[in-house]
Amino acid sequence: MAEPHGSALAPYRAVLGSRIRSQASYRTSFGLDLGSSLLVGLTELAEVAVLFTSVSAIGGFDLAAMLLVFGLADLCFSLADMVVGHCDNLPEYVRTGRLDVFYLRPQPLLLQLVTSDISLRRLARAAVGLVALVVGLVVNDLAWGPGTIGLLAVALVSGTVTFAALFVWAGGLQFFLVNGSEMTNAFVYGGRYAATQPGTVWGRPLVVVFGFFFPMAFTAYLPAATLLGLDTFAGLPDWAGWLAPVAAVWAWVAAGLSWRTGVRHYQGAGG
Amino acid sequence: MLSVRPLSPSVRTPYLRLVVAGFRQQSAYRLAALAGLVANTTFGFLKVALLLATVQAAGGELDGYDVGTMSAYVWLSQGLLGSVNLYGRSEMAERIRTGDVVVDFLRPLDVHAGAVAMEVGRGLFALLPRGVPSVLVGALVVGMTMPTTPGPYLLGAVSVLLGITVSAATAYLVAATGFWLVETRGVALLYMVVAGFLAGLYVPIAIFPAPLFWLATATPFPSMLMYPVDVLSGRVDGLASLGLVAAQVGWLLIVGALGQLMTRRGRRRLEVQGG
Repeated sequence: MAEPHGSALAPYRAVLGSRIRSQASYRTSFGLDLGSSLLVGLTELAEVAVLFTSVSAIGGFDLAAMLLVFGLADLCFSLADMVVGHCDNLPEYVRTGRLDVFYLRPQPLLLQLVTSDISLRRLARAAVGLVALVVGLVVNDLAWGPGTIGLLAVALVSGTVTFAALFVWAGGLQFFLVNGSEMTNAFVYGGRYAATQPGTVWGRPLVVVFGFFFPMAFTAYLPAATLLGLDTFAGLPDWAGWLAPVAAVWAWVAAGLSWRTGVRHYQGAGG
Repeated sequence: MLSVRPLSPSVRTPYLRLVVAGFRQQSAYRLAALAGLVANTTFGFLKVALLLATVQAAGGELDGYDVGTMSAYVWLSQGLLGSVNLYGRSEMAERIRTGDVVVDFLRPLDVHAGAVAMEVGRGLFALLPRGVPSVLVGALVVGMTMPTTPGPYLLGAVSVLLGITVSAATAYLVAATGFWLVETRGVALLYMVVAGFLAGLYVPIAIFPAPLFWLATATPFPSMLMYPVDVLSGRVDGLASLGLVAAQVGWLLIVGALGQLMTRRGRRRLEVQGG
């Protein structure tokens, strides 16, 4: 038996490789896609920045602190979006019957779906997030040390994992929604938007929904609050940013349940 | 036997019938409408949280907005979101890409006016399941300041209709680039980014720094969302509100004329494969 591991992953690697090559081969279209994605990221940043032309701080966060929150949230979301964002196409796969083909192959459904595509143009979005994060780290007066670097690393990994869970969570629900697929935008893209906000501006219902149930506050705002020593919400301790991995685990438990329920509910598209 | 309705006098106004057809077509997708409402309201709550915190940070008044008028801005704009086309995709783009538009050219109707009429009908329908409920949720849960005289509502209704029409006619221009480009996905994405921001979807354009504000007013985008919201909420009233409606009419004429021109030129460029 030569390298059983390598042979198990080989089909996925071949598919992903072909996807990457196919996107890069249409140069103009790919360039336009990259440019547009960059512009999307820049306008999202501008939406936040414009508010600070009139006020110096919102919910106790000044522009520098907001850049840090935005950078963390946007970088994590873009990375998750690049890898698993095409779970959003599930309703189309269900309608066209393409999903039935996935069921016939002797590989896990979710793994096939995730590796069926990779959106390289999201790299441009991730670049905007990365630049915002780096600028945020430079302009804020941070006490650099193992703690700061450790918390940043924990936040980036947990945030990306949490956002990825949201896409899968939504995917599981799509088996039931199909024509109402826009419903999950409320917490996937609404979640991205919530993650870029300081949780201090939220009322109790938003704290419950985006603070804990969809744990968006743990992806960027709470780690940033811990790094900068700013206010946390709901009476959480000032080290609450370190709880980001707990939020990621919860998000995947919910995502896993949602996905399993969805997959078992699916009866095929007929035909 | 199928009962065929006799052709009524309204055949003489086929575009009005297309508006009605678009309206009816959308009424078939109830779950989609509910889904849109849920997404709209969620974004509304997040938007209102951030913007009201900004108003409070500014001492209760921010560039003419207080808590009540800012809330009105958020919920009216979220309510219109399902009706105005800020994402740039349209059925027409798909028809041009696949070549189905050839059939449209064979009909004794103006292709441009027909497509816009259908879009306007869809937009008007969306006011029922998405527009009205999302404004109600905002009014009941958050509270907002609205005018107490009938004037702004009447002019506001005209302004909303104009806004929907301007957006449909501008999104048509995106589709019409397909006569030359075939695949308009990139153009639509670009439109989506620029339109949302300059139409005042995320932040009212009155809060923009001056250069950005003037840039926005030099485009048709505020006519789609910002002006109807300003007129309806009474933030802009009297002669100034008539000025906003006049600007909408002006932009409709401009994008309408462009649409006519592009359709005529594009028709000669159109190349359809297969038979």
